[in-house]
Amino acid sequence: MLVHDRLTRRAIQALFALLFLPLFALPLGVIVAASFSTGWSGALPSGPTLDNYAVAFGPQTLEALRVSVVTALVASVCALVIGTWAALSAASMGPKGRRIMDALFMLPVAVPTVVVGLALLVAFSRPPVLLNGTHTIVFLAHTVLVTAFAYQSVSAALTRLDPVYGQVAASLGARPARTLFLVRLPLLLPSLGAATGLCFALSMGELSATMMLYPPDWTPLPVRIFAATDRGALFTGSAFAVVLMATTLLVMFALSLVRTRAGHR
Amino acid sequence: MGIRLDGVSVSYGGTTVLDSLDLTVEPGEFTALLGPSGSGKTTALRTVAGFVRPDSGRVHLGGRDVTDLPPYDRGVGMVVQSYALFPHMRVERNVAFGLRAQGVPRNEVASRVTEALEMTGMGSYARRYPRELSGGQQQRVAISRALAIRPKVLLLDEPLSALDARLRAEMTDELARLHRELPDLTVLHVTHDQGEALTLADRVAVLDRARLREYDTPRALYDRPRTAFTAGFVGSANLLPARLEGDRVRVCGLELPVSPEDLPAGTADGAGLQVCLRPHRIVLGPAEHTLRGTVTDLSWRGSVHHLTVDVDGRSVTVELAGHRTPPGPGGAVELGFDRDDAVLIPVGEEP
Repeated sequence: MLVHDRLTRRAIQALFALLFLPLFALPLGVIVAASFSTGWSGALPSGPTLDNYAVAFGPQTLEALRVSVVTALVASVCALVIGTWAALSAASMGPKGRRIMDALFMLPVAVPTVVVGLALLVAFSRPPVLLNGTHTIVFLAHTVLVTAFAYQSVSAALTRLDPVYGQVAASLGARPARTLFLVRLPLLLPSLGAATGLCFALSMGELSATMMLYPPDWTPLPVRIFAATDRGALFTGSAFAVVLMATTLLVMFALSLVRTRAGHR
Repeated sequence: MGIRLDGVSVSYGGTTVLDSLDLTVEPGEFTALLGPSGSGKTTALRTVAGFVRPDSGRVHLGGRDVTDLPPYDRGVGMVVQSYALFPHMRVERNVAFGLRAQGVPRNEVASRVTEALEMTGMGSYARRYPRELSGGQQQRVAISRALAIRPKVLLLDEPLSALDARLRAEMTDELARLHRELPDLTVLHVTHDQGEALTLADRVAVLDRARLREYDTPRALYDRPRTAFTAGFVGSANLLPARLEGDRVRVCGLELPVSPEDLPAGTADGAGLQVCLRPHRIVLGPAEHTLRGTVTDLSWRGSVHHLTVDVDGRSVTVELAGHRTPPGPGGAVELGFDRDDAVLIPVGEEP
């Protein structure tokens, strides 16, 4: 800590709370409060109820939640494999090749997600690769959108990884594949876990590209939330949002447990 | 298995880090690569390990050209300064890593692991994780891991630099013992610590600014340095300007007799030379040759006193052991030395 004075430290903590709470915590609190209400015309929500959750835990919403979780799992696993592979290749390239790879993987982040969605829609709407109207195009869109984050976090971890581990493994007679799977990847495990969590969370919340692509039998939860609020069912939508939030947090918490266990070894 | 480097040159982005290095290490020999940082000693070791591809020149291991061989096919053990134990594996798995990579039969691995750990006295730590060990213990495991694959060549890259003084001394003894117990093992040891090099090595290669300056036994380097760099880097040295006049060398008003074999090759009559005098070889009082001067500084270093004496405007350091009352600053002293203790070396550095 740079600041030792107790009073100053308290003041800084108070300032942080003042800035943090309204910006981050309060909106989330409002959603939770709204999800238990039927109306909100005064300062506080009114008409406490659990009806919203009755809808939220109805078959349609649970199906949407399942779709979201499956999509996010598929997308984050694909992104992790592709991103790690690309980061490992980039690390073995020269500085020029690495710059090209970095730029390439920045592209889906730099381009608006709506554009990514549209691009996929246009590209895969006619043969030879006809994906429009299938689950695959949703998986594809999510993977394209989150791979950049996986690539970036694994890349950053790789530059921090001391090359001496790989060299010692090689001197002991381990071929590159053995070194990769038994030494380098296990050492990267904490970062891989963090990258998976990030990709999962991003995919769980993805709406704009999904809106353009989802087939009727594969509707992720954010689309349901949007549909609910679009037709004015704000409080039901809030309950959906809370379910989405809780599920995402739960999965990320589980992933962080894996991560800390890996880090402790 | 011997090591032979033939004209090995390495440069990074226009900077030459190793300039045409020729070095032969005989089978079973312990050779130290000694030099300051940036001298190219680590690069030399890495060309042997296979992590650095020489721009030109060849690397031979046991008579076989391995220049184009990847590190994992060279069969050399390596121990590095940071230990680089795999943190996610227990000690036994670390040591077994190379055995498994080389396809040693499963039932043999366990006994070879035990054997390698016993060699460094780490047998009872097999179930520990590296983070549960001290620095010295980790380095012992790293040595066990390198020796488990029974390499013919062991590369040590500043293995003791991360340890404190007491542990370093302990590990130096340990390495000396391993060298005695494994007479067939060829060792290349990179270090910037002259003490380590002198204690452990059969021969020492002194590198400076990408070049091999001298390659000889520690004794010869210490007693008969042939360059000013070696004289100053291996032990400490007083270097006094001198001149060859016929069969004598004139230094600080003294005349030392010389025979042709004392002289650096190609020294012409009348040419400038340097006389190297080791501080601990100088005694107080007259001897075969005697310099006169005034004490300018005295410092106490525990077992010895360091005396700085001004002789004809040159500062001469003297190391005195066992003097209770050495002369203090301002005192006039006589510094005696024997002819054998004065070594003639050429002026300046050769290119």
